[in-house]
Amino acid sequence: MVGMATGMLGEDGIHVDMNHLKKGEVNMAINFKDGVILGADSRTTTGAYIANRVTDKLTQVHDTIWCCRSGSAADTQAVADIVQYHLSMYGTTNDEPPTTQTAAAIFQELCYDNKDQLSAGIIIAGWDQRHGGQVYSIPLGGSLHKQSYAIAGSGSTYIYGYCDANWREDMTEEEGISFVKGALREAIKWDGSSGGVIRMVVLTAKGAQRHLYLPDNGYTAPGKQ
Amino acid sequence: MASFTAELDSQPATVDDKRQDYKPQLILYDTSIGTGYDLSNSVFSPDGRNFQVEYAVKAVENGGTAIGIRCRDGVVLALEKLISSKLQKKDANKRIATVDQNIGVVSSGLQPDGRHFVSRARDEAASWRSLYKSAIPVSSLANRMGSYVQAYTLYQSVRPFGITAIVGGWDSEAEAGVDAQVGSGPSVGSGGKSAGAKQGGPYLYMIEPSGLYWGYYGAATGKGRQAAKAELEKLKLSPADGGISLEEGVKEAARIIYVAHEDSKDKEFELEMTWVSAVDGPTKGRHEEVPKELREEAERLAKKALEGEDEEEEKMEE
Repeated sequence: MVGMATGMLGEDGIHVDMNHLKKGEVNMAINFKDGVILGADSRTTTGAYIANRVTDKLTQVHDTIWCCRSGSAADTQAVADIVQYHLSMYGTTNDEPPTTQTAAAIFQELCYDNKDQLSAGIIIAGWDQRHGGQVYSIPLGGSLHKQSYAIAGSGSTYIYGYCDANWREDMTEEEGISFVKGALREAIKWDGSSGGVIRMVVLTAKGAQRHLYLPDNGYTAPGKQ
Repeated sequence: MASFTAELDSQPATVDDKRQDYKPQLILYDTSIGTGYDLSNSVFSPDGRNFQVEYAVKAVENGGTAIGIRCRDGVVLALEKLISSKLQKKDANKRIATVDQNIGVVSSGLQPDGRHFVSRARDEAASWRSLYKSAIPVSSLANRMGSYVQAYTLYQSVRPFGITAIVGGWDSEAEAGVDAQVGSGPSVGSGGKSAGAKQGGPYLYMIEPSGLYWGYYGAATGKGRQAAKAELEKLKLSPADGGISLEEGVKEAARIIYVAHEDSKDKEFELEMTWVSAVDGPTKGRHEEVPKELREEAERLAKKALEGEDEEEEKMEE
């Protein structure tokens, strides 16, 4: 197994082949009072080199269903593209928009069936008429977890404590945004392979609203896009 | 068929004098009957009809009556199962099938065609589950089966379905997760849910041999469909008229099958009846056979109602 670029467990069954995880990053999604908020840094690296400092890791797969991609950029883009196709087909053939669960089910099917070929950790967050806001996480093996909030990427290891201490159910939008921003700032501060700008997407009954926060002003502006 | 040969005979010889004894198979003459246009599937007659499909409808019209009732809190399916042999075991040989746990199918017409329809419906429900990890909505199943049946009117290698199928089910109103998901999200529930929006509910569709399908509050097909439809219309099933409860639906379904059987009284029949309710209803969102005691009670009332009608008729005659 050693030497194979699979992101799977090594021979000792404990250590992950970190050499393959070239993309360091941090991203997260949370439930709040009116829906969900997704957030991510914008750094893409190959080794020590920052290949892109303004990456957009928040990807839309339907009107109000989005995902945070972590792991191989190529793998996660390909998977998100396939899911986007399925959800668009679902919307037209069934005369009703797909739910976040529909998206999560398709993501999981792809990630589980192709687990040997993929290095993809995906957080799915969406708002739909039937269920409101929901957050699902699909880690490396292709299991599916419904969560109150989810964090992923190399930088996420630094903010387990922060999130556990500061997370509250039923936050307002303002509180939710400041929680996500606070967490991402910590991850960016401590994790060498996370950085750049902070991007967010707020998903509610009103639709999708993008936010952007730049390091130049201490991640306070410009805000809503 | 008599008119078919008559027309051939009266046809002036137009082709080849040496081959006067040759009778062409395809004569474009009186199009109100088949005259050659009915021999193959996928061929229109000049006035735009597909005779093979119309003949398939005839096969349905000879089948035992099947009905479906969409009630406020569930769906009832009922079938007049005509007994073809006294050697068959009673209450065995079920004809109403379960497709997914929340959806049932009953059909009139050629029974083997009905079995194939059910088999395909189960495949569709299973394929939906394997992709979306949830139960197929009744509307989507009806849509897929409509497309499937329609395809059998297009090709020369097949014939249309000799059945009309009634598909009834309950789309869960419960907050069902993705099959096999782990975890449950925030304890306060999902944020931003549309308050008071009604989810799921009872649904009923009927699919004809042409592939045409509509959603119904009450559906009837088979030999006694006219009488059954007349009775269904009296029930005021649409929500605007209030609709009826599932328990009422069971009784009415039994009565309607008995009414529809009046015209073929000489034949013996068994009443087969299934239902599907809300998750908090008697079947817990599943499509099941109506319990024996309940069905027998409904049959007793049905017989009583019919006797009452007979007495009224006798009085009128006096």
